[in-house]
Order: sequence, then C-alpha cells, then structure tokens
Amino acid sequence: MAASLGLAGVTLAACGGSGGSGGGEDVDEALASVDVSCEPYEQYGDLEGTTVGIYTSIVSPEDQAFIESFTPFEECTGVTVEYEGSRQFETQLPVRLEAGNAPDMAWVPQPGLVERIVNDFPDAVVPVGEQAEANVDEYYNESWKGYGTVDGTYYGAPLGANVKSFVWYAPAAFEENGYEIPETWDDMYALSEQIAADHPDAKPWCAGIESGNATGWPATDWLEDVMLRAAGPEVYDQWVAHEIPFDDPTVVDALNQVGTILKNPDMVNGGLGGVESIAVTPFGEAGLPILDRSCFLHRQASFYQANWPEGTNVAEDGDVFAFYLPGNDPEAQPVLVGGEFTMMFADRPEVKALQAYLASPEWSNAKAKVSPPGWVSANSGLDPANLKSPIDQLAYELLTDEATTIRFDGSDLMPAAIGTGSFWTGMTNWITGEDTESVLTMIENSWD
Amino acid sequence: MSQATTVPDVPGPAPTKSTGPRKLTKAEQRAVDAKTRLSSPWASVIAIVIAILWSVPTLGLFVTSFRPEIDIRTSGWWTFFGDPAVTWANYDAVLYGGSTNFIDVFVNTIVITLPAVIIPITLALLAAYAFAWLDFPGRNMLFVAVFALQIVPIQITMIPLLTQYNNWGIVGSFWPVWLSHTIFALPLAIFLLHNFMMDIPRSLIEAARVDGAGHVKIFFQVLLPLLVPAIAAFGIFQFLWVWNDLLVGLVFGSSPDVAPLTVRLADLTGTRGTAWHLLSAGAFVAMVVPVTVFLLLQRYFVRGLLAGGVKG
Amino acid sequence: MEFLLSTGTPVEKFIVMGIAILLFVAVMALVLFLTDRPRMPQWITVLAFLGPAALLVVFGLVYPAIVTMINSFQGDSGRDWVGLSNYAEVFGSPALRVVLLNTLLWVLLVPLVSTAVGLVYAVLVDRTRFEKLAKTLVFLPMAISMVGASIIWKFVYDFKPTSQPQTGLANQLLVWLGFDSQQFLLTWPWNTFFLIAVMVWIQSGFAMTILSASIKAIPDDIIEAAKLDGVTNWQMFRSVTVPSIRPAVVVVVTTIAMATLKVFDIVFTMTGGNFDTSIVANEFYTRSFVRAETGIGATLAVLLFVMVIPIVVYNVRQMKLAEEQR
Repeated sequence: MAASLGLAGVTLAACGGSGGSGGGEDVDEALASVDVSCEPYEQYGDLEGTTVGIYTSIVSPEDQAFIESFTPFEECTGVTVEYEGSRQFETQLPVRLEAGNAPDMAWVPQPGLVERIVNDFPDAVVPVGEQAEANVDEYYNESWKGYGTVDGTYYGAPLGANVKSFVWYAPAAFEENGYEIPETWDDMYALSEQIAADHPDAKPWCAGIESGNATGWPATDWLEDVMLRAAGPEVYDQWVAHEIPFDDPTVVDALNQVGTILKNPDMVNGGLGGVESIAVTPFGEAGLPILDRSCFLHRQASFYQANWPEGTNVAEDGDVFAFYLPGNDPEAQPVLVGGEFTMMFADRPEVKALQAYLASPEWSNAKAKVSPPGWVSANSGLDPANLKSPIDQLAYELLTDEATTIRFDGSDLMPAAIGTGSFWTGMTNWITGEDTESVLTMIENSWD
Repeated sequence: MSQATTVPDVPGPAPTKSTGPRKLTKAEQRAVDAKTRLSSPWASVIAIVIAILWSVPTLGLFVTSFRPEIDIRTSGWWTFFGDPAVTWANYDAVLYGGSTNFIDVFVNTIVITLPAVIIPITLALLAAYAFAWLDFPGRNMLFVAVFALQIVPIQITMIPLLTQYNNWGIVGSFWPVWLSHTIFALPLAIFLLHNFMMDIPRSLIEAARVDGAGHVKIFFQVLLPLLVPAIAAFGIFQFLWVWNDLLVGLVFGSSPDVAPLTVRLADLTGTRGTAWHLLSAGAFVAMVVPVTVFLLLQRYFVRGLLAGGVKG
Repeated sequence: MEFLLSTGTPVEKFIVMGIAILLFVAVMALVLFLTDRPRMPQWITVLAFLGPAALLVVFGLVYPAIVTMINSFQGDSGRDWVGLSNYAEVFGSPALRVVLLNTLLWVLLVPLVSTAVGLVYAVLVDRTRFEKLAKTLVFLPMAISMVGASIIWKFVYDFKPTSQPQTGLANQLLVWLGFDSQQFLLTWPWNTFFLIAVMVWIQSGFAMTILSASIKAIPDDIIEAAKLDGVTNWQMFRSVTVPSIRPAVVVVVTTIAMATLKVFDIVFTMTGGNFDTSIVANEFYTRSFVRAETGIGATLAVLLFVMVIPIVVYNVRQMKLAEEQR
C-alpha cells in the first residue's frame, strides 16, 4: 500500500483536486504525460457535452490512475467521465439495479457477478457494443471473451487483469543460502524443508487470509492454484462449473496438498505465529515477514507489490521478487488470473465509446503510463515497456502468451453464495482446525 | 427527564412539591452537594478506572494517527512515548488526498446533518405529544407499533425506498438522504421524547387547558420550554448518528456530489487491504465536530430545567 | 425545482438546505394553523400532530418490513414461492444455534453492562470538579464512527507472537506480565465476549449521558430529605437515586438492547462472522447482500423482528405501570 500511496501522492499533486472530471490546466498537464495525438480517438466521433457515469469497486488511492487515464479520451472526444468508486460496490450495484437507479457503466470484478446481474436484471443490462467487441476479438485471448459471455450474449468486456500464481521471495535471502527457484512442486516442498532445517528461528512460509468480511479468499486461491496443477484444467473447469461435486476426491487431494504447507506447523507461519494465526493475519501484511527473514515464501497475486512498504525494491535482484508457483509438471504452466469487466446499463453512444476505449490498446497504454506498479491488463496491444515493474511485465507475458493455459479465479466464477460465502468461511474453518473432508462436504451441501 | 413528580419512595403527594422545605441558602446547597457524592476513596478509584479504560483505546488511536505507516505496522502505539516519531502525512493524505475535495465532503456532511436532526425531532415531538396528551382510539397499540419499528434494519428498506426516490426523480440530490434519515430516526425519537413528555405533570397541562389554551399553544408554550434538556440530549445523539452514518449516505446519497465525510473516509482504506494510518487520522478528523457539539450542549444537561420548571 | 435538485457550490448547497428547513417549517406551521381551531374534532388534531410522522414511518419502515416478510417465503430471485423452506433451512442449520446463542449473549450483556457502567459513572462524577472532563472521556467513543471503533480495538486485540514486538495493547500487557500473547478473536466463546466489550465501550456513553441528565433532574428536596434522615451514600444510591431515575434506566436499557440487536458493523469488520462470532444482524447482512441469498436474508430479518417481541412486551408492562402512577 505504501508504494502505491507514494506514487498516488505524486500524481495527486499534478491533478490537485480536479475532482476527476478534469478542469482546464490539469488536463493539459496530464495530457502532456499521457498522449497528445487525438488521431486514435476520431473513431469515437464527436461526443461533446455528453457525460458517462461509471461505478466501480476501485477506490482511493488506486482510483487516481484510472481517472487520469480517461484524460486523453475526454479531451479528444469532449465526453465527461464521472467516476464513482465504493468499497461497497458489490453489495450496492444490485441494490441500485433493483431500484432502477443503474449507473451508465459498472466495472464488475467477478464473472460470477456478471452472470448474476444478467440473470437477475435482464432488462437493465446492455450487451457489449460492436466496437468494443471488435477490440476484444483483436487484442484479447479468447478465454477473456468467454468470462463476459452469458448464454451466448456478450455482456462484460475486459478491463484490468492480475496473475495470482506467484510466490514472493527475497532474492538476497535465496542467494545468501544458495537456494534455487524451484521448478516443480516437489522441488518447492524440498526447498521448504531445507529452509526449515537451515533456519530454526524462522518458518519457510508466511500466509494470511484475514480480509474483514471477505476473510478466507486468499486460501481459496491456494486451493484453486493447486487444483489447476494437480487435477488439470479440464477437471478444474468441471469443478468450478459444479459438474463434479465440490468435494470430489480430486479436490480432497488438492486441499490436502495445500495442507502440507498451510496446515503444517513446520512450514508456517513465519513471524506471525502458529497455523491458526493465518486466519487472523490481514492478507496485506502477511508477506511482510519476508523482509526481516522471519519467513522466505509467500504465495500472493501480482498486485501484492503494492503492499510492500514504501522504498521496497521489487526486482529480480532487489528486496523482493516473485516466481511462478510451480506444479508437478514443469512443462504445463497453467496460470490462475483475476480481472475486472466493464458492463453497460445505458444504451448511449458515449457509453459504448467509453467501453470500446477501455478495451483498446490506447487505454491500456495510457493507464500503464500513469499507474503505480501493480497494474496490468491482458490487452495484447499493451506495450510492456509502459509497465512499471518487472513483476507486471512477467504477469503480462504470462497473460498474453498464447501457449499459457489461463484459468479465471474459480471462486469469482461460482455463485455468490459459494464463491463469496461458504467457500470463504469453509477455508477459514479449515485453517482453524476443521478437517478437509468435512469442510468440502459443507461447501458441497451449500451448493444447491 | 425523570419522573420528577412520581418518585415512588417519596412520601407525600407529589404535585405539592412547591410547598416542600424552604429554599436553601447557597452555603447549605453546597454542603448538600458535597455529600451527594459517593465520596469514599473506592468511589474515586472506580471512577478513575472507568475513565482510563474508556479513554486509553481512543488515546491509542490518537497517537497512532501521528505515527508513520511502517511504525504502526511493526510496533505498538505506546512505544511512541519512548521514541516519538511524528508525521503529518496521514492527516495530509486524509485532508488533501483522494479524488474528492475535503471541503466538499465536509460541507455535504453539514448540509445533510442539520435538516436530518431538526426535521425528525420536530416531527417526533409532535407525534410524542399526540401519544402522551391526546386521547384517541388505538393510541397505545399505535405507540407500541411505532416503538417496535425501531428494530427494522435500514438494509431492508434500501430497495423499496430507492425505487420510490428514483420514480420521483430526486436521486442524486440531498432530498433522499434527508428523508431517509428522518424516517429511520422517527421510532426511537418518538419513543424517547414520549418518555420525557410523560414526566411532565398532568396538572400543568390541565391548568393550561382550563385557561382555554389549544393543543398547539400548550405544545409550544407549556411543553417545549420544559423539554429543552430532553431535546438537547436526544438532539446530540441524533446528530452523532447522522454525522457518523455511512450506510444511508452511501445508499441514498449515491452521487459523489452529496457523499458525506464517512463515505470518503471509508474509501480511504484503499481497494486492497486496510490503511490503518489513514483510517486513524480520518476518524479523528470526523470526530472534531461531534465532540465540540457535545461540549457546547453539555450546559443543557447540567441542571434539569424540567425539574426547575416543575418546582415553579 | 431544478435548482433544488442540483448540487453545485457549497453556497448553493447551504441555500438548498435552508430552503428545505424553511419548507418543512412552513408546511408544519400551515398544518397546525389550519387544525388549531376551537370546536375542531379531536381526530383532526390527532391527524395534524401524528399524521406526518405516521405517513413517513408507514412508507419507509412498515411497507419494507411487510415486503421482507413476504420475501422470506420466496426464493433468492424473489419471484418463486418456496413456502417455509427458508425457515426450515435457517432453523435446520447447526451453525445458527451458535448465532442465536451469541445474539442472546449480546442482547443481554450489552444493555446491562453499558447501563450499569453508565449509571455508576454518572453517579460517581456527578457534581465533582472534573465532571465535564470526566463525562467527555466516556462520551468520546460515541463520537467515533463504527469504522473508527473497529480500528481502535484492532490496536487492542492485535496478535503478534510472544517473541515479536506487540502491536495490540492487551497482548502487550500480557507479555509484560510474563504471559504468552493470545488470539483474542479466535476462540469461542471468549471472542464473542471481546466483541461485546467493544459495543459496551461505545454504548456506555449513551447510558451515561441520559442517566446523568436524569440524576440532575432529581429534585433537591428529595435528596435533602434523605440527608436529614442521615442515609449513607449507598443507601442514597439504592433508595433515592435508582428509584427516581428508574423510568430513564428502562428507556436506556431498551434503547441499547434494540441497537444491539441491529448492530452488525462490529462483527462484520472485526471477524466477518468467522470463528463462531456471528450474530443474527451480521448473518442477515451477509446473506442478503454479500451472498445474494435474499430469501434466507429476509428470513433472518423476520427472526430479528421476532426477537424484539420480549423487549416490546417488557416495555408495554412498564408503560402500564407508569400510566397507573400518573
């Protein structure tokens, strides 16, 4: 959080209180740093005097870069974008839709919620416009279109993305001890045991799944990542779609495999306490013991780089870096991803234009330029040189490599009652002592 | 505020109080006052312990709000006293960071709060008067119903109310926020003010009625002056609840133009994780006004005007 | 009209606010003026005094409550009828027994402890030199938002291993005293008691303020008479102070009990309802808005309505008593 805050402070100074919609001077200044040519924006036509309201879950300070990234679009087309972010987005969007007070556009962070909104409010949703769809077809891996499609109609166009399958570590600590980046799960486990033997005062891993009312989600990512590797993408898809039971033997095996680390007192929880402390450690602080060598490994998504304290050097030869979470087969490198989707609730040209812009390479590049480290999109037109950190570039490579098997975060695809409910609480109970079978059976029973 | 005239343990007919003991001199009064306290050393110890237990956590927050972010994460706030490292960065970020201007949200909160205190209290006073001093069929049933409505959670009203506001075309302005706060405040306000009103001796009302005063006149000329402490007491809590409210502002504000301070503060926590350093500074910024109001209104609690009025 | 709905500069906002208040005052004045005539039938007066409040409450509270009751017999999409199956699911789940037990603990402990603390403190600091400061200290928690309160208590309950520097005050005290640091929010039922402490900490200020005002309203001659009888401080407290302010105590206990039944923020932000700390209000919020299980959520809200009945009955009896004494 510190790093991103620092940067937000800088950008804020340049944008001092313009309230997001942009006033004269600030716009010129920001423009200078983004893009001056209006040529790519001519396709959207003249939208002078129109306004688009967007409603999102992204709040201060992360919202600043988004607000700034609209500047060239606003300047060249004449449209005004009104940005409204709320931590309560996921609970408030359905309320607004139910009440008939829909925003023009919403950024939905879960495909499961896209589907729920389409099913619950068929009259409110507007399918993705032609222009935006053409951008998605051209610049995005096919699977991204699938996440936004409900019953054959395309409703959610991709926005940002993140890669979940990373293990954070301190390169210096690895070098001092002569540790190698592991290429398979077994290597990684052996390395963990090695670390435990070499450092009796520390633990190999640190973890934390506390996230207020969303407590448990980092543990669901663990299980999903291991499912994807141990059972393979096909079984993973069946599991997420509930074509096999939630407590299928393959899932039991995968969760037990996660347990060899997360529920093993020899492996966790470096600098934070025993196994149970995982349940009460805020996920944002869980990786920090790496810095003082109380732990050596921490599995968390690419966006975690924003959580390192200000001044931490994120680089292959810096203070911290991340490696790909290996599976048993070093050849297959499936990647677990997350991301947001833009949905329209107003059938107006300026809203469609904004959605098309957000799916275009121009926007991804503009956004990358003004973003602090920790942001990346899956748009193949994005120039990796614009990305702020080597982790973002690594994430981008994985996201856009045609050879990678990409799977979306399963809990984001499941119905809310599971994906944001029993799955979270189940994993939390599992950490605090409940056994694998009964947890998975409980989740299976809650899925009707 | 209390049953000035219906204290059960006191002998003698209550309304004859004015014929009670003679007025005390200042010196005698002070002597009585001094003895009124539970003035044993134990009493002082208990009071001090409560005061410490209740204020130390707040002190912790206050100290935290001036500490650098990394210190907050790695050491306890009490270590500050051994090694003071003060930063204004947290307050700076709260006041000048974020996508909205601080002055704007502060203005919004004030604009929301004043009508949301005045309107429900006025309506509740009138309703409480009806329940206390007007006779009509089903009065008690109705009162109990209103009282029980306190339990209705605001969340279940969100969709029905927002739908109506949307139909009326007032969404995005202050009106839905004022209206909603008024609605949610009414049951408790009516209940509390009714209880205060019941304490006013029947004889006063009846005397006024004999003089030919109508209900409106009785309400404004007889009751209202007696109810000042009650209104001040309830007023401060209604003020606090509205000032600190997040949910109503979030749901019924539903436009950055009318969003109150709390909505802005809640968003300060960041999209991922929790920014304790910003929240602690934000909590203090938000606290300044309510505490000032409490200190200002405290003089109304000091002496029961109600009892004074009764004694004539 | 357009101006009243738009929100521009701060000055315009204040003007709109002024208009809103004036409009309200004007409408109420007109209503009262028109109805305040001699020989007006009583029901018109009742309507004028009660009507506006009743109208708002019916529109804003009664109607949604009825909709919720209907929803509790419907599925999650709110369109199909499922009979009593939501109720069956709620009462059939073993997790709910803990939720109910926790709610019971909350609704008993919070009002009693807060009122007791508020009352004792109000009596102790009454008419002392430090009264204003002392009352402000206990009032402070009321002035902090729920979000603020949750942060404050994070810095009390926070856990770090014994060997590490502590960030939670409670654990630091344990470590200083030579004990191991504890996970305060992990083990039932202790975690529920620690969460209840937060609510007590907040609500005591409310109890203290109202009861203090009440104590000040006790007529001096009563105290004086007792003094002349030579009662001790304790006797004064038990047989003069408490009986005199009994109605205020009932009001305070009732109000806090109602607030406690409804509060979900503390559990929601501090544990998210994990580790068996959930209470009905939190469960209702989570089911309705996080998990999109509107049917179950509505059923839990109805359960909340039912749980308030004992409080209502108790108050009705108190009111009858007061009525008889009038």
